[in-house]
Amino acid sequence: MSAPFVEIPEKEFVLPGTRTCAGCGLTLAYRYILKALGPDTIVTLPACCLTILHGIYPKTPIAINAVNNTFASTAASAAGLVAGLKALGKDKDFTVMAMAGDGGTFDMGIQALSGAAERQTDFIYVCYDNEAYMNTGVQRSSATPLGALTTTTPFLPKQQPKKDFLTIMEAHSPSYMATCCSAYPRDIYAKFRKAKEKKGTRFIHLAVPCPPGWGFPTSQTVRVGRLAVETGMVVLFEIDEGEFKLTGKSLTMARSGRKKPVVEYLKLQNRFAKMTDEQVEALQREVDSRWEKYLERSEP
Amino acid sequence: MSNVQIITGNQAAAIAAKLCRVQVIAAYPITPQSKIPELLSEYVEKGELKAEFIRVESEHSAMGVCLSASLVGARTFTATAANGLAYMHEQLHWAAGARVPVVMSVANRGLGAPWTILNDMQDTLSQRDTGWMQFYCFNNQEILDYVIMAYRVAEEVLLPAMVCFDGFRLSHTVMPVEVPSQELVDAFLPSRKLPYELTPDNPVNINPVVMGDRLPDPEGNICPDYMGFRLRMQKAHEEAMGVIREVGKAFGEVFGRSYELPYHAYQIDDADTVFVTMGSLSSEAMDAVDYMRKAGRKVGVLGLRVFRPFPSKETADILANFNKLVVVEKAISYGYETPLATEVKAALYTNGSNPLPEVYSVVVGLGGKDVNPQDLVGITEKLEKISPDRPSWWHEEELKQ
Repeated sequence: MSAPFVEIPEKEFVLPGTRTCAGCGLTLAYRYILKALGPDTIVTLPACCLTILHGIYPKTPIAINAVNNTFASTAASAAGLVAGLKALGKDKDFTVMAMAGDGGTFDMGIQALSGAAERQTDFIYVCYDNEAYMNTGVQRSSATPLGALTTTTPFLPKQQPKKDFLTIMEAHSPSYMATCCSAYPRDIYAKFRKAKEKKGTRFIHLAVPCPPGWGFPTSQTVRVGRLAVETGMVVLFEIDEGEFKLTGKSLTMARSGRKKPVVEYLKLQNRFAKMTDEQVEALQREVDSRWEKYLERSEP
Repeated sequence: MSNVQIITGNQAAAIAAKLCRVQVIAAYPITPQSKIPELLSEYVEKGELKAEFIRVESEHSAMGVCLSASLVGARTFTATAANGLAYMHEQLHWAAGARVPVVMSVANRGLGAPWTILNDMQDTLSQRDTGWMQFYCFNNQEILDYVIMAYRVAEEVLLPAMVCFDGFRLSHTVMPVEVPSQELVDAFLPSRKLPYELTPDNPVNINPVVMGDRLPDPEGNICPDYMGFRLRMQKAHEEAMGVIREVGKAFGEVFGRSYELPYHAYQIDDADTVFVTMGSLSSEAMDAVDYMRKAGRKVGVLGLRVFRPFPSKETADILANFNKLVVVEKAISYGYETPLATEVKAALYTNGSNPLPEVYSVVVGLGGKDVNPQDLVGITEKLEKISPDRPSWWHEEELKQ
């Protein structure tokens, strides 16, 4: 995917007045997601940082239709929107997107998402992953990486690795699946354009750095996001009708063979302040091993 | 002209949903209502009903699908019972708060723990305060009729509605039911009209965060706060009672069975003691009344059909005339008494005048415990020994004392 040559429309759907924190990775990414999907999008969302982004009644800075739902039912709500629109003959008029955080996806939303994906519901599901329950104040989730401090792992950093949710979703055989990161907006735009044109269940994992939750200055969101990809902590890829491809920066890295050590990513963030050298080495080994597997799956 | 079929309560509910031309169905099986989604999926697969049938992975998702499909304008239906209903609890509040006219049939069943698959009304009565309208059916005909009426009322007042009927006792028992023609139902229940249009040209944020104070919109108009939206829900319920009566009357004019009254009454004109019941229990009470009347006792039955909105004035106006009210119920609000007894007392206190009748709260039939007319005769004979200050349990362990 030759991302640098993508034309991005000027029309904005995220207007001034969002209530997210300064330096929010989600807000950066959401702007490009909506540019890609356009005005005929209905987003359904649970209580999460995205709710805050959508503002407080009776004002909203978001210029598309939105349906708020309960925490565990984002994918079910999307299935309802899809079924309702189809029953009324309006399914061609709208793109239904479900969007939830890692808590609403890896944890509480997994049942409804698994059900909707197994039923091959015709929708886009986006998990924006800021690696903890950020909206409620940085509590540990199953997406929190090993070694991270959170407000519910305050003294002993998280002892377990991040749940391998991408493998879980791949096992559902979505028609399209991709990863992206808020630091690479053109890659986001291109992947959501592609997702919009597909039918069936499309799953996109979006890595979004979170300054207050991860403990880095608000000016460093893009830098931290880039380092996540450059160190292989986040790998950009897509699986289109079952065909795996590295994309964007990850593809460049695969070609050049240049991957930075994870410590460059970790040292910028206070949440990893208590990681021991042994834990960092273990994490590096895990990232290297996963990277090798991706290289093997990727086209030469 | 008349089309009487010998069918179960579950069949009556499924046929009614089909006659209402529901557009989206999402349901998860649970005994004793599983036959309803089975039948509806058959209608859809055979092309007899044009609807989207979503075979969800849970009851929580069933209501999630129904309420979102309803938001975009579809007529939606689901069915559940017991723990399935309890699992939906959060979604019930959400559906009512979202003001979507979802209709759900519930085959009443006891809640675990410990497990029971048999009948009582603890499941739906526990959902009293979710903002749903609740109708309780006396027989299978009422199940069919109330599903049709529920849509018309729900779509007018924008509140979801539960049509409740006793698991197994009605869900699995065949009775003659007059099934109306599609033409008559279409005339009574036109297709749903959405009070707004979902369009990209005028995007909306549905059910967002609402603060505790009223705030201005971008044009400066003051908009409701959270409590303001709750006030609107309460007003919709208050308005619903009148709509239920009008729709019940109109139903009678079209189909020959009037539901204008939120209760049915039996032998109450000269009664001094009246059984107050809901659901199929009224049937046992009527048999007991026939038996006791032969022995010269002046007893009657008042069976409530509508529990939410509660017909406070209507019930008090009639119940205030009797000396003793025996509220027999298959539910208990632990730590107090049976829920209907509480409502009846409150209605009498608000709308009645002294001397008020004595109200007895009697727990019967939990978890499938059989209740037959002899039990109700027995309860009446024991009234002198029962104190109205606590609920009495019609149960072997209590009766020994």
